[in-house]
Amino acid sequence: MAAETATRVRRHGPLTPYLFLLPYAVVFATFVIAPAAYGIWISLHDWDYLLPGKPFVGLDNYSALFDSNSAVYSFFWESMSATGIFTVLSVPLLLTVPLALALLLNRRFRGRTLFRAIYFAPYVLGVAVIGVLWRFLLDPNLGVVNAILGAVGLPGDTPWTTALPWGWVTLVGVTVWWTLGFNAVIYLAGLQDIPRELYEAARIDGAGRWAEFRHVTLPGLRPVLLFVTVNTILVSANMFGQSYLITQGAPGTETRTAIMYIAQTGLADFKMGSAAAMSYLLTAGLLVISLLVFRLFREKDA
Amino acid sequence: MSRVKPVAWYTVLIGLSLIFIAPLVWMLLTAFKTPGEATRVPPTVFPQEPTAGAFDTLLGNSQTPVLRWFLNSVLAATGQAILVLAVASMAAYALARLEFRGKRVIFAMIIGTLFIPGFVLIIPNFLIVDRFGMLDTLWALIIPGAAGAFGVFFLRQFFLSLPRELEEAAVLEGANAWQIFTRVVLPLSKPALATLAVISFLTNWNDFIWPVYVLFSPSQFTLPPGLAILQGAYTINYPVIMAGALVASIPVLILFMVAQRYVIEGVSRSGLKG
Repeated sequence: MAAETATRVRRHGPLTPYLFLLPYAVVFATFVIAPAAYGIWISLHDWDYLLPGKPFVGLDNYSALFDSNSAVYSFFWESMSATGIFTVLSVPLLLTVPLALALLLNRRFRGRTLFRAIYFAPYVLGVAVIGVLWRFLLDPNLGVVNAILGAVGLPGDTPWTTALPWGWVTLVGVTVWWTLGFNAVIYLAGLQDIPRELYEAARIDGAGRWAEFRHVTLPGLRPVLLFVTVNTILVSANMFGQSYLITQGAPGTETRTAIMYIAQTGLADFKMGSAAAMSYLLTAGLLVISLLVFRLFREKDA
Repeated sequence: MSRVKPVAWYTVLIGLSLIFIAPLVWMLLTAFKTPGEATRVPPTVFPQEPTAGAFDTLLGNSQTPVLRWFLNSVLAATGQAILVLAVASMAAYALARLEFRGKRVIFAMIIGTLFIPGFVLIIPNFLIVDRFGMLDTLWALIIPGAAGAFGVFFLRQFFLSLPRELEEAAVLEGANAWQIFTRVVLPLSKPALATLAVISFLTNWNDFIWPVYVLFSPSQFTLPPGLAILQGAYTINYPVIMAGALVASIPVLILFMVAQRYVIEGVSRSGLKG
């Protein structure tokens, strides 16, 4: 044991590890650590990219978000509620539908790998592709979805991309179609980690399918479920491309998400101080939600 | 399995497959229709007069240089995949195998940033990229994204799972840390490196919000912001937009078909970080 430790110590100089870390450390410090801190600094200033002066304003950018008389108040909270509606509608579907699909695929049959790949395929396409594609398919007047619905005797004039609540149905539906393969693959990996013996033991105890699911599958999936839940909430709260391309915020700005409004305020109107403050407020909200989810999972443990 | 009839079973699976594949097939078919046929009611499934007109329109418009966008996408995604492999593998090796002060703190810090939502970094990174003179260049698409923590985390886990014996043997033969890393560890890690390369390539190829805001000149665009331009420029000339979407889809679908195992492996592993 002592000899082993000695070789380990001797095999590299004291600086070697830091040299290995250096290239990554440079990009990491420049594009993750620095901006995370710099963003806070920006949010404390009246930071207009196009103006030479960037006066310090303390927490004014933050308090404006809570002041109903400020110029940003109503647009900001409208966008936050758009993100909230989208998240509340899409997360439950993205937790349950992929789980059902993973259970379907978690059996031995011919062609399993092929079907898994097919269900995953939309996810390898970017949001830009699926955005312009569904904008076309769901075009209220010219799209094939309404044409098919009309042909089978259903209403063929649903305003999928231009009116509510249809806009939400579209954004949530397209997102579920696009990303459910991602969650399904993660669930599937989790299911395969559950020891076979647990199922055999349950069967010997005379457990039915449902009891097996409740007492073996769900507890076995807990760490995976926690990851999928938190990750899905974060991804939903980051929603940008679908609204940008499919509904373009319509009707009015009602489906404009928080990220769309932040990006527009900061990178199109160049009011970076205000946009940075919004992004930190949203982050704080997400942090609270994530902690609540962690807590929820821990309580279930006890 | 034995309780379900194979016919019923495969009917369900194939029915589900159609939901995922039909929209993509529709994109393909539309790209070869005339603008009139693409929006005809009732719709035609197969192009009645198949035409490459949409592609001619795309290639003939200097405002929408799709081939250039394609090239830019290839360069950005390849460049970033190479950069990620280089920096992440070295850092991951140090974190997995070398002994040094502050190792735990550094690793915890890197992992902690996995929880920073991407949008918080966009505005300050726009200014940082601007300061380096990288706005409206492909460098803005290649370098900042290589700072992500996933590659380091993923490779570190893989290196930890490698047997130490081969490295110990190399030490006895007088190899230094760099030689062990390049001649023993990296060759043993080809599957993990391939997985990370494919995932990085796909992520970069599909990135949307960042290129939309850091690129301004049509000649600098990659395909995703290019598609947004096509949508704005051709509104209901859907064959042209679908032709552009097809150009953006074919490479990643081929990559997925070839490297399916690696993609799904990489995604499954990302779930285990929780």
